[in-house]
Amino acid sequence: MLTAEEVSQIEHEISLVPVRKAAGIEALKIVQQHRGWVSDESLKDTAAFLGVSAEELDSVATFYNLIFRQPVGRHVILLCDSISCWVMGYEKIREHLMQKLGIKYGQTTPDGRFTLLPNVCLGTCDCAPALMVGPDLYQNVTPEELDEILSRYN
Amino acid sequence: MGLKILTEHINVPGIDTLETYRKMGGYRSVEKALKTMTPEEVVEEVKKSGLRGRGGAGFPTGLKWSFLAKPEGKPRYLVCNADESEPGTFKDRVLMEKIPHALIEGMITSSYALGARTSYIYIRGELMFVLRILEKAIAECYAAGLLGENILGSGYSLDLHVHPGGGAYICGEETALLESLEGKRGNPRNKPPFPAVWGLYGCPTVVNNVESIASVPWIVNNTGDEYAKIGVGRSTGTKLISASGHINNPGVYEIELGLPVEEFLFSDEYCGGIWKGRKFKAIVAGGSSVPILTGELFLKTAEGTPRVMTYESLSEGGFVSGTMLGSGGFIVMDDTTCIVRNTWNFSRFYHHESCGQCSPCREGTGWMEKILHRLEHGHGNMHDIDLLVNVSKQIEGNTICPLGDAAAWPVASAVRHFRDEFEWHVKHPEKATA
Ligand SMILES: NC(=O)C1=CN([C@@H]2O[C@H](COP(=O)(O)OP(=O)(O)OC[C@H]3O[C@@H](n4cnc5c(N)ncnc54)[C@H](O)[C@@H]3O)[C@@H](O)[C@H]2O)C=CC1
Ligand SMILES: Cc1cc2nc3c(=O)[nH]c(=O)nc-3n(C[C@H](O)[C@H](O)[C@H](O)COP(=O)(O)O)c2cc1C
Ligand code: SF4
Ligand code: FES
Repeated sequence: MLTAEEVSQIEHEISLVPVRKAAGIEALKIVQQHRGWVSDESLKDTAAFLGVSAEELDSVATFYNLIFRQPVGRHVILLCDSISCWVMGYEKIREHLMQKLGIKYGQTTPDGRFTLLPNVCLGTCDCAPALMVGPDLYQNVTPEELDEILSRYN
Repeated sequence: MGLKILTEHINVPGIDTLETYRKMGGYRSVEKALKTMTPEEVVEEVKKSGLRGRGGAGFPTGLKWSFLAKPEGKPRYLVCNADESEPGTFKDRVLMEKIPHALIEGMITSSYALGARTSYIYIRGELMFVLRILEKAIAECYAAGLLGENILGSGYSLDLHVHPGGGAYICGEETALLESLEGKRGNPRNKPPFPAVWGLYGCPTVVNNVESIASVPWIVNNTGDEYAKIGVGRSTGTKLISASGHINNPGVYEIELGLPVEEFLFSDEYCGGIWKGRKFKAIVAGGSSVPILTGELFLKTAEGTPRVMTYESLSEGGFVSGTMLGSGGFIVMDDTTCIVRNTWNFSRFYHHESCGQCSPCREGTGWMEKILHRLEHGHGNMHDIDLLVNVSKQIEGNTICPLGDAAAWPVASAVRHFRDEFEWHVKHPEKATA
C-alpha cells in the first residue's frame, strides 16, 4: 500500500505530465525516498497506481542506476570509477573504502550504514578522485580524509 | 586574456542570485528579444552567429532551429540537455552551479525563438545539489515575472521545469533523453526522424546542450555577426573546455576558438603544463568518446602544422592521426600512464552503459572489455590485439546511436597509436598488474 503522503507526491508528479505513466520514474523515486529502496511489493503498488503493468514498470526501474531494487544501507556511497578519477588515484580510494567498510561493490555493511557502488563520472574530474555519500559530493579525496568523511554519517 | 562570454562574471559574489545577475546585465536578451524582435529574427541571429552545438556533435544551432517543424495545433518543446556524464566533461555542471541564471536566461530567449510554451532542463540524477540551485533560480524568475504568464508584459508565456534523470549515461543521447522524459527506459530511437520533427510526445522538439543555450543571450544582445567574428572559420565563438588529468591547473576554461593548442596546454593562464615536471604522453581531447592521440600528434598534425583549438584543426588527419573537439573534455596523461589499463577502463564504462538494443554494441563492448582485461592482466596474446581492432570495426557504424562508435574509437585509436604498449603486455605477462 502506498502511503497517503506518497500518493499525494505522486499525484503532483502526474499533474505535470500529459500521460499518467510518464510520471513512472518520479513515482519510483518518491517511493524510494520514503522506503530506502523499491521492493517487489512497492513496485506492484506503484504500477497499479499508475495504471501500468508491474513488468513494464520494473523494466523502467532496472534501467536506471539510481533506483534500487534491492535493500541498501542508510547512506549510499557512489565512487567514481571513470577515467579522470582512475588516472588520479581512484584505486587507492577504492581499496581504502573496501578495507575500512569490509565490503565489496554492491554490498552493504552489516550495521546497515553504508552501501558501496561504483558510478560513472560524477562531473567533477578537475577535483579527482571524487565520490558521493548520499546527496553530498566530495572532491580531491584522500584516504586520510575518507575516515573523517565517513564518521559524519551514522 | 581571451574574451569571456559565458564566464565573465563567474567569480562575482552572489552571481547565483537574480539580483546580482541582473546588476551585471543579465536578462537583457529577454527584454530585447520578447519586446523588440520576432521569433524568426532571433533564429536568424543565431544562424548568423555560426554557433555550433556544444554537446559534442557540433551541429549548427541556428540551422537545427530552422528545421523545427511547425504543424498546426501541436505544441513545440525546447529541452536542454544537462545530462552531462561524458567522462572528463564537467563544464555544464560548473556553469549551472555558478551562474544558473545564464542557462535560464538562454532558455527563455531560446524558447521564445522556437515558440515553445513549456520547456525542460533534463539534468542528471546524481546532481541533486545543482538541481536545487536551478530550482531556486527558476523560482526567483517566476516571482520577478521572467517566467510564467505574460513575461515582462510581452504577451509571451513560458513554463520551465527541471527534470532529474535516473542515472544512466545513455540518457544524454537526445532521443534516449526524450524517452526518459516520457517516463520510459532510455533506449535511443532511430534517427531520422530527428527530434526537430518527432520529439517529446511526438511533438517537434529542439534538444540543445547547456552551453549552446547559454551562448544565445550574448548573440541576441550583440548580434550574430559580432559572435561570428570570434573564433576561426566555421569554429565561431568561445568554448568551455573541461581540463583534467595530469596537469598543473585542472578546471573549466573559456577559450576563444582558434587558441593555439600549445598555449592552452602549457601557459599558466590555462592548464599550466604537465604536472610533476613529467612528459606529455597522450590526450583524450573531447570527452571519453573521441579517439586518443599521442602528445606529439596532438600538438602538431602529421604534416607538422601546429594545431589550434577548433573543430577543424583537431580533426585534421581524420582518425589516422587526428581526433575531435567533441564536448571539450580534455583528459591529459603523463608518461607514467598505462594506455592498456586506461583503455580497459573506457571499455568497461561503455559496456556498462550500453542500453543493449543493438547486438554489435551490447556484445561488442563486452568482448572488448574482456579482451582488454585479459591483456592488462597478463593473459593476452598477440592475436588478441588484432581481435580488439576487429571487434571495434564491427561495432562502428552498425548501431542505432553513436554510443557504439564512441566505444569503438578509443579502442581502435589506442591500438593504432600505442600498439607497442599492448605488445609489451603480451611479452611481459609477469610485469602486468595482477
Ligand atoms: N556532452 C556529453 O556528455 C556527451 C557528448 N557526446 C557527443 O555526442 C555526439 C553525438 O551526438 P548525436 O546527437 O548522436 O549527433 P548527431 O550528429 O546525430 O546530432 C547532432 C544534433 O543535430 C541535430 N540534427 C542533425 N541532423 C539534423 C537534421 N537533418 N535535421 C534536424 N536536426 C538534425 C540532432 O537532432 C542533434 O541535436 C558525439 O559527437 C559526442 O561528442 C557523447 C557522449 C556524451
Ligand atoms: C551516448 C551519448 C551521450 C550524450 N550525452 C550528451 C550529454 O550529456 N549532453 C549533451 O549536451 N549532449 C549529449 N549527447 C549529444 C546529444 O545527442 C545531442 O547531440 C545534443 O544534446 C544536442 O545539443 P547541441 O546541438 O546543443 O550540442 C550525447 C550523445 C550520445 C550519443
Ligand atoms: S549503440 Fe548501444 S547504446 Fe546506442 S542504441 Fe545501440 S545498444 Fe543502445
Ligand atoms: S572521472 Fe571522476 S568525476 Fe569525472
